[in-house]
Amino acid sequence: MARITLTDVRKSYSGMEVIHGVSIDIADEEFVVIVGPSGCGKSTLLRMVAGLEEITSGTIAIDGRVVNDLEPRARDIAMVFQNYALYPHMTVRENMAYGLKISGMPKAEIAERVARSAEMLELQPYLDRKPRALSGGQRQRVAMGRALVRDPAAFLLDEPLSNLDAKLRVQMRLQIKELQRRVGTTSLYVTHDQVEAMTLADRLIVMNAGVAEQIDTPMRIYERPATTFVAGFIGSPAMNILAATVTPDGAGLTLPGGAVLACPAPADPGQPILFGIRPEHIRAVTQPGGVGAIELTVLAVETLGADAYAHCAFPGHVTSAAEAMVVRLPGNAALKPGERLHAVFDTGAAHFFDPATGRRVGPRR
Amino acid sequence: MAEGEMIGVKTRSRVIAHFLLVIGVIVVAFPIYYVFIASTHSIQTILRPPLPLLPGPELVENYGDAMTGGVGRIGGVGVGRLLWNTTVVALGIAFGKIVISMASAYAIVFFRFPLRMVCFWLIFITLMLPVEVRILPTYKVMVDLKLIDTYAGLILPLVASATGTLLFRQFFMTIPNELLEAARVDGAGPWRFFKDILLPLSLTNIAALFVILFIYGWTQYLWPLLVTNSNSMNTIVIALKKMISFADADTPWNLVMVTSMLAILPPILVVVLMQRWFVKGLVETEK
Amino acid sequence: MNRATFPHRLLPWLLVAPQLAISFVFFYWPAVQALRQSTLREDAFGLKTQFVGLANFRRVLSDPAYVNSIQVTAVFSVLTAFFSMAIALLLAVQAEKVVRGKGFYRTLMIWPYAVAPAIAGMLWLFMFNPSFGTLAWPLRQLGITWDPLLNGSQAMTLVVAAASWKQISYNFLFFVAGLQAIPRSLLEAAAIDGAGSARRFWTIVFPLLAPTTFFLLVVNTVYALFDTFGIIHAVTGGGPGKSTETLVYKVYNDGFVNLILGESAAQSVILMVIVISLTAFQFKYVERRVHYG
Repeated sequence: MARITLTDVRKSYSGMEVIHGVSIDIADEEFVVIVGPSGCGKSTLLRMVAGLEEITSGTIAIDGRVVNDLEPRARDIAMVFQNYALYPHMTVRENMAYGLKISGMPKAEIAERVARSAEMLELQPYLDRKPRALSGGQRQRVAMGRALVRDPAAFLLDEPLSNLDAKLRVQMRLQIKELQRRVGTTSLYVTHDQVEAMTLADRLIVMNAGVAEQIDTPMRIYERPATTFVAGFIGSPAMNILAATVTPDGAGLTLPGGAVLACPAPADPGQPILFGIRPEHIRAVTQPGGVGAIELTVLAVETLGADAYAHCAFPGHVTSAAEAMVVRLPGNAALKPGERLHAVFDTGAAHFFDPATGRRVGPRR
Repeated sequence: MAEGEMIGVKTRSRVIAHFLLVIGVIVVAFPIYYVFIASTHSIQTILRPPLPLLPGPELVENYGDAMTGGVGRIGGVGVGRLLWNTTVVALGIAFGKIVISMASAYAIVFFRFPLRMVCFWLIFITLMLPVEVRILPTYKVMVDLKLIDTYAGLILPLVASATGTLLFRQFFMTIPNELLEAARVDGAGPWRFFKDILLPLSLTNIAALFVILFIYGWTQYLWPLLVTNSNSMNTIVIALKKMISFADADTPWNLVMVTSMLAILPPILVVVLMQRWFVKGLVETEK
Repeated sequence: MNRATFPHRLLPWLLVAPQLAISFVFFYWPAVQALRQSTLREDAFGLKTQFVGLANFRRVLSDPAYVNSIQVTAVFSVLTAFFSMAIALLLAVQAEKVVRGKGFYRTLMIWPYAVAPAIAGMLWLFMFNPSFGTLAWPLRQLGITWDPLLNGSQAMTLVVAAASWKQISYNFLFFVAGLQAIPRSLLEAAAIDGAGSARRFWTIVFPLLAPTTFFLLVVNTVYALFDTFGIIHAVTGGGPGKSTETLVYKVYNDGFVNLILGESAAQSVILMVIVISLTAFQFKYVERRVHYG
């Protein structure tokens, strides 16, 4: 069991910096998820912790020991790969035992550990099979088992569920979480799937373009996203972010299309500001006249069963599909494209961002 | 059958196909069968054409004769020695080349080092320098290194060439990155990764290359001709050539045929018994 | 793709060292020597050596014997490549048609690959030996004066036959592989369009086989140029009267038997140029094979 400390970790490829200084202190037994779009550097960061990529500058310490120049095997970590990387010519048992065998552990102890891990993962019936005779979910469990038997200081997991179908992914997600809680091994987990990130993590690192935009618990990140990127990335569907202007009296916001929303903003009158509101914080009323209701035109409706999401535009404002406002409705809402909708914004749940930097600006007291 | 009918392969055309194939097989296999027949007849029968199409009564006598010294009277060396020489050369070339080319392909694919691509090209370009285009200077090198009439001289120069390295390089590049990384995390260094993972995964490729190289080594001609002066270092192919270059009438053709049989049987057995790997090796080394 | 690698520095050098060492000693150094030698001339006793620039090349290229050798090589290569490929293609197409016995035919068809070229030549010479060859006997009965050891074109026929015979196996296997790669649905579509089997072959199968054919053409040319040395050496010795003296045989003969070092080296260099262009050609055009599928 171990703490993992990253201090201003950077990575460059032939002079091009791709990780711009990430620092985090991961507590013992903590489950940290690195989430971000593809190409944001999340896998590179994980692989630097594993020792598969060199660290250009900064330090990585596992349990207080700087591991920058240590081979992966000397770092006491185990890794689960996206494509599982099982040795195709070895049985499940041999796959799980390989690392222990290399470390010179006595045979009896290896057998005992493999048996114990196999039981935890319900792999006993498959121990003598080769990987190609296993289903995707079984292979994934073997990859987990191979990490588990090592009883390492930390688990590093690189998109371990992305090759599974949706249903299995949910199942395995729960199993991984449960497993980690049971063995209590510090874990660092990379994914591009924000649902996976939210459900698994004790803490999240949201990465974008080599920068850790925000490091915090899932709920705090959801409630107080630090940047427009985080706001747009965490939460599904994404937060609506509107380019607004503070009214001359300072008491409201002029929204695209000219509608005015009564809502105090942390900016001076006449200044532009980004106004963020999640779909679930907009209530739709069908008849006009509600207090503060804003009129929207429905572009499209997606019905998911329990909920429906209406993609809307401000009347008189040309809106592309990508910048449409999304409003959550009950699943049985019978709205059609072209119809009007009156939206009431829960301004208490609004977020504000600086249009120049994209950083969050707190409400003015 | 329905599928066959659909594209018009009717029974008649299939019969024609079989007929042509049988003729083809006869043309292709006949010379070898004919050697076998000739090796079972006496020299008198052979010299009075046409030769019967069935084996004659002298099989045991001819083969016994060839093994115990009939050939020795001509080359001064027994068939056993010739077969031994050829086996050493063929196996030496096959194993030597596999080891050397696996090592270099391993370095080129799984390591990054200065001049890596230069090394690759230096190996690659040897494809364009067959023995035939550098006969004399290579011979001189052999003389200077005192490698004439040695196994090393017969084997070493044929051990390095690009084909094996290219084949292994191509195969190694299909090994997923994660497999190497998983092995590193599991604590495997270069040697363990090679021994525990790469080697087991390469076995079919090695078998395929082995068949090709064994045949290549066994059938060498120009090179053994150059670097062997002493009859006792001859390969069986060279010895055969020496046997027939004596005066026509005195050539003991029945014994020549026995020797030919012994010279072509081992590689034929390797090709036929390891057919699956042979076909794979042939098709892949030429990619 | 970025290849995952080990971080070692010295180890890879140790691993490539054996192959590089052998390449340098037995390939590069001799090749350089051949280049150097091709610009030198020794006197009859090997006492004096003199730099003569390209004189050796001029001499070689204007030597009627060399020109003859080029012609012999061209005839030999074209005939060998044509016959071995044509027969192999015919048999491969038949083998694709039959349902039963494919493996049996293949097994018998690959034997010659294992036979050394020199032995192949000896076998054919044995079968067609003018005095006692079983297959020469019917020729004699037909009134043909058959003696490949005296008649140049008969000698050529014999070596071409032996060389083609040996190469049928190789071409057969590649044509079978090529034929198997042709999607069955294409042939079915053509059958539905009403194309007969001969028409299907020439309009669909043969064009789709072009990459294989082209590749084999290069391989067979290289084979005919170099690997057939054993056949010529064992059967005809270049004779009768230089009628089967190929380029490679001449290099050997001039250098080893007649000891005309400078000119033999110049011939080696010319051969080197031929090999390099063939290889370059192969890599430039035959690589496309992969894209054709």
